[in-house]
Amino acid sequence: MKQFIAFVKKEFYHISRDRRTMLILLGMPVVQILIFGFAINMEVQNIRIAIFEPQADVYTQDIKARVEASPYFILKDAPHSIQEVDERLRKGEIDIALIFPNNFHDDLIHSGTSQAQIITDSSDPNIGTISTNYLRAIIGKQQMEWMSLQQIPYQINVTSKLHYNPEMKSAYTFVPGIMGLVLMIICAIMTSISIVREKEKGTMEVLLASPIKSTTILISKTIPYLALSIVNLATILLLSVYVLKVPIVGSLFLLIFVSILFIFLSLSLGLLISTLVQTQEVAIIISGIGLMMPVLILSGMIFPISNMPVVLQWLSALVPARWFIEAVKKIMIQGLGFASVIKEVSILIGMISVIVLLSIKKIKTRLE
Amino acid sequence: MKNENIIEVSNLTKKFGTFTAVDNISFEVKEGEIFGFLGANGAGKTTAMQMLTGLSKPTSGTGIVAGYDIRHESEKIKRNIGYMSQKFSLYEDLKVWENIRLFAGIYGMRDKEIAEKTDQLLNKLDFESERNTLVKSLPLGWKQKLAFSVAIFHNPKIVFLDEPTGGVDPATRRQFWEMIYQAAEANITVFATTHYMDEAEYCDRVSIMVDGRIDALDTPANLKANFEAADMDEVFRKLARKAQRD
Repeated sequence: MKQFIAFVKKEFYHISRDRRTMLILLGMPVVQILIFGFAINMEVQNIRIAIFEPQADVYTQDIKARVEASPYFILKDAPHSIQEVDERLRKGEIDIALIFPNNFHDDLIHSGTSQAQIITDSSDPNIGTISTNYLRAIIGKQQMEWMSLQQIPYQINVTSKLHYNPEMKSAYTFVPGIMGLVLMIICAIMTSISIVREKEKGTMEVLLASPIKSTTILISKTIPYLALSIVNLATILLLSVYVLKVPIVGSLFLLIFVSILFIFLSLSLGLLISTLVQTQEVAIIISGIGLMMPVLILSGMIFPISNMPVVLQWLSALVPARWFIEAVKKIMIQGLGFASVIKEVSILIGMISVIVLLSIKKIKTRLE
Repeated sequence: MKNENIIEVSNLTKKFGTFTAVDNISFEVKEGEIFGFLGANGAGKTTAMQMLTGLSKPTSGTGIVAGYDIRHESEKIKRNIGYMSQKFSLYEDLKVWENIRLFAGIYGMRDKEIAEKTDQLLNKLDFESERNTLVKSLPLGWKQKLAFSVAIFHNPKIVFLDEPTGGVDPATRRQFWEMIYQAAEANITVFATTHYMDEAEYCDRVSIMVDGRIDALDTPANLKANFEAADMDEVFRKLARKAQRD
C-alpha cells in the first residue's frame, strides 16, 4: 500500500510538472463545450432572402411582412427581374429567393389558387432544405390566417410539440458527445502515453526489475487520470447546465455512475494500448485514429447512426462511446431511469471485462 | 571478496521461437566480486541479464541469484538486487530527493531510514545544494552517479548494471568506476555489461559472450595471457571474429 501511494504521488508530480499538458487537459473540455455550444450551430439562421414581386399587392405584402419579421431571414433589396435573382444567387449575395407571378392576387381571388416559386442555393443541401422549409412554413401560416377569415367546412389544426428539446438547441446533442470525447481522450490517450513514455525512457525496465508488481504500476498510472477526468466531468456538467442551459432532467447519480463506468472503460483501453506499443508516437497515432475518430464519426455525436449505411451501423456498435452517449442522452436529456439504460450499461460492462482480460493476458505473455 | 557464490547458473537457455538467444550458459559469481559481462550487440547479454533479474523466465536450465531460484522466486530476487539500465534510469521531471524517496519506497525502506540515508548520500556526493533540483537539469555525469547511488540505496546483495557508462566522457567514467569499487568494498556484488574494453580491465573477472554462448571466462590477466593479446580489446576481437550472427 505504501508503495502504491508513493507511486501515485509520483504520477501526480509528473502531471503537475508538465504545466502545458495539464493546462490542455483542464482547458480542453471548457473550449470544446464553448465551441460546440456556441460556434458550431446546426440551426440555420441569417438566411439572406430576396422577394421578387412584379405586381405588389395586399397578399404579397402580407407574406413579405412575415418574412421580414422572421428571426431566420434577412430581407435583401427587391430584385427587378428574374435574371437579377439568378445572378445574385450565383454571386452568393442571397441564399434564397421567393418569386411571385404577375397575377398573384387576381388568380387567388378568382380561381382560388395561385403559384409562387422558391429558388434556393442548395450547394449545402442541408441549409437549402431547411431554409426552404422555413419559408414554406411562413407562407403556410399566412395562408391559415387568410383562411380563417373565410368559412370553410373542415379545418385541420396541427399542433406539433418537440419533446426533450423544445427549442431545438444543438447543445442537447453535443453535450453528451463532448463528454464521450473528452473522457476518452484524457483517460485512454493520456494513460497509454504515460506508460509508454516509461518504456521509452527505460525507467520501466528499472521498475520491472524492482519488487513493485506490474499491476501496481499500471493501476497507479490510472489514478491521476481518473481524478482529472472526474474534474473534467464536473466542468462539462456545470458548463452545460449553467452556460448552455442544457438541464439534467434525469438522476444526477445515475449520470455520474454511467460516466464513471465509461471512464473505467477508457482507462482500460489506455492500458491495453500501452501493452501493445513501444513508442509514444505510435501510442498517439493509435489512440488518435483508433479512438478519437470513431468517437467523432461513428458514435452518433455528429452524424445520426440511423442515417449510416448498415455496415457502418454495425461498426458503430463496437465504439464504446456510442453506448455511453446514448445512455447520457437518455438520462440527461430525456430523464429516463435506470431500467431504460440497462442495455447500454451492460454493454459497457461487457466491453470493460473484455478489454481488462485482454490486457492482463498481454502483460502476462510479455513477462514469460 | 568472499568465497561464496552469489550467482550460480547452469545450462541456462532462452529460446524465442526457433531463435536461441542464450545457449546453454553456466557460470558462477562470487560475493563481492566485480563481474564483467561482455559481448557484442545481439550476443545475448541483455536476455541473460533479464533472466538473472527475474524479468524473463528461462526456457531451460537453472539459476540461483542471491540465494533464490530464478524460476520460482523472482519476487524475492527482485527485493535483493539493484538495477541500473543502459538508458538513463531516473525520472527527469522529479527532484533529486523525490527520485531517491520513490525508489527507496519501492524497495520497502522505512521513512526514517530513507531520510537519514538521503542526508548521508547527498553529503557524500557533495550534492546537498541539488536536493531540490529537477534531475533533468543536472549534468549527465552527475545523473549517472545519482542513478548508481539510487540503485544501491537499499543495500542490495547484487547490483546489475546494463551498460552504465554509455555516452559518458572518460573522466566521468573513471569516477563512476571508483563508485563501483566502493560498492564492492561494501560487499555489494557488481554484475556489469559494458562496451568499453578498458572498463573490462577494471573487473575482477570477465565473461565474453559470442552467439549466445560464453566463450571465455577468467580474470582479465589470464584472458590476455591465454589469447596472447596485449589488451582486452584484442581478446574481444579475437573472440568476436568467430560470431556467426550479425
